[in-house]
Amino acid sequence: MSQEKIIAVKNLSKKFGNFIAVNDISFDVYKGEIFGFLGANGAGKTTAMKMLIGISKPTSGEAVVADFDVNFQAEMVKKNIGYMSQKFSMYDDLTIKENITFFGGIYGLSRNQIKEKTAQLISDLGLENELNKLVGDLPLGWKQKLSFSVALLHEPKIVFLDEPTGGVDPITRRQFWEMIYAEAHKGTTIFVTTHYMDEAEYCDRVSIMVEGKIEALESPKNLKQQYKVTSMNEVFLKLARNVE
Amino acid sequence: MKRFLGFIKKEFYHIFRDKRSMFILFGMPIAQIMLFGFAITNEINNVNIAILDKSKDSETQKIINKISASKYFHIEETINSESQIQSIFEKGKVKAVVIFENHFSKNLQTSKQGKVQIITDATDPNIANTITNYTNAILLNYIQEVNKTNIPTYSIDTQTQLYYNPELKGVFTFVPGVMTVILMLVSAMMTSISITREKELGTMEVLLVSPLNPLQVILGKVFPYVFLSIINATVIVILGVFVFGMPIQGSLFLLAAESILFIITALSLGILISNIAQTQQTAMMMSLMGLMLPVIILSGFIFPISSMPLPLQIISNIIPAKWFIIIIKAIMLKGATIDIIWKETLILIGMTLFFILLSIKKYKIRLE
Ligand SMILES: Nc1ncnc2c1ncn2[C@@H]1O[C@H](COP(=O)(O)OP(=O)(O)OP(=O)(O)O)[C@@H](O)[C@H]1O
Ligand SMILES: [Mg+2]
Repeated sequence: MSQEKIIAVKNLSKKFGNFIAVNDISFDVYKGEIFGFLGANGAGKTTAMKMLIGISKPTSGEAVVADFDVNFQAEMVKKNIGYMSQKFSMYDDLTIKENITFFGGIYGLSRNQIKEKTAQLISDLGLENELNKLVGDLPLGWKQKLSFSVALLHEPKIVFLDEPTGGVDPITRRQFWEMIYAEAHKGTTIFVTTHYMDEAEYCDRVSIMVEGKIEALESPKNLKQQYKVTSMNEVFLKLARNVE
Repeated sequence: MKRFLGFIKKEFYHIFRDKRSMFILFGMPIAQIMLFGFAITNEINNVNIAILDKSKDSETQKIINKISASKYFHIEETINSESQIQSIFEKGKVKAVVIFENHFSKNLQTSKQGKVQIITDATDPNIANTITNYTNAILLNYIQEVNKTNIPTYSIDTQTQLYYNPELKGVFTFVPGVMTVILMLVSAMMTSISITREKELGTMEVLLVSPLNPLQVILGKVFPYVFLSIINATVIVILGVFVFGMPIQGSLFLLAAESILFIITALSLGILISNIAQTQQTAMMMSLMGLMLPVIILSGFIFPISSMPLPLQIISNIIPAKWFIIIIKAIMLKGATIDIIWKETLILIGMTLFFILLSIKKYKIRLE
């Protein structure tokens, strides 16, 4: 992991009316790392992420993502990132092939590139026989893996994953994390939110968000040492209790 | 451009794979036209008519006997003066009055021509038309018979007059009306549903994160519906003309241009709704309540605007559909050209610009 910053967030806030969903957060993410963005339901993870990917305007503060400022260069930010939304990110009424072609197309991939990517992607996922099946007919686990691969079609520098493994069985979650590792290995930065504390252990560093603020930011190992516990789950519980 | 085409292709997949969309797009227009169309009938049978015989001679009596003998007509009443015509039409007793001029028989002999006037109640223009044709046929039949022995031949000059409804405001309004409703439905409701669907499913976020700019996203979503609306309008006009004998007096080009203008009006309304509504359900309710209902009730499609209470008449002015119906009725039925309907056209253009500006103002590029 390099020390080159790929995301730099400074005093970022988002208010909805009087409600402060993201409260003055600052952090950096380094190139090639797997950055875990943890927090309980409603902590503000999705809101923060949406500001970083350029689809939600910060109320105040600034963030530079892949060398572009989200306040002023959102369009450039978008070209350099991949995103897998918390809601499902593909079209259920389109086949796998049609989905890949569509998303490849809107990212400006050529027909040949799409062809190559499709072939590679389905062989990686073992979906050779499902290519012309509607995505809606696939099991959730496969959908999620497919979404992840589609988010990577245009080879972004950073990929943002918002609870990519929500509702998926443990085996598929494992496989999913193997895919994440493989991608991180190629140098892609991974910014991932999750509810599963065991997944936090797989991250290079995690931030823990509580009620709009970042309460901790460390490697899982350091956090456990700091709180003198053996699992991330306990770290999380301690932190949440402190805030109350 | 290639991206845009890919986007449109995807949109067509959505439409063609969704039974509900397919039904609204293709089932509804045909069903509606047929429904309205079959409520109209060309058959006439024992239609009540009145006779005003100013001549009262043997020839007119022969013709009256012929009319009375036909299964198409029943002589309900014999009147004595023109002043009674209005009241019997208003009572709805008869659908037509046949008037023989003074000295019919004598005129036939001296000037070889007799005059007959047929006045029909044009509330139902199809029926009125049929009555005129059948009466003419009976007159022709009579004249052929008398001409067998007459040289030189006699002729009858018939004048037709539409009563009540000289502008044919009745049944033919169903084609413009159905067209307006369908264009509203397809352009406004379907686009607003299709845009909010992506919001609801979360795919809108994914689209907005992509390098496509929001304008491209919206245009991509809207374009297929423009295309389908044009097809729909064409189908409706063709059905109207070929199945139900709807006349198109004016220019087809003008009709097409005005229809495209209205499609754009409806689309801008659809986009406006999808900016406000977060779910398909809301978008649908807003379209139905806010657009379809006024179109059906206030546009003059079903209830004539002139017979509405004044406040409703005033409100009807802000309904784009009202202006569109006026425009296409004028083109179809009266053969109007742009110098006759420019005012309505300008109003429609103004409304469209207003909705588009409002949409742009309301449009949230970033999902807050
Ligand atoms: N558009 C909005 N308007 C008003 N409040 C909002 C909006 N979006 C989010 N919120 C509120 O902001 C808070 C943070 O929401 P956010 O979705 O960021 O949480 P999260 O950490 O992603 O939670 P989860 O784990 O459930 O996904 C919540 O209380 C939510 O209700
Ligand atoms: Mg969230």
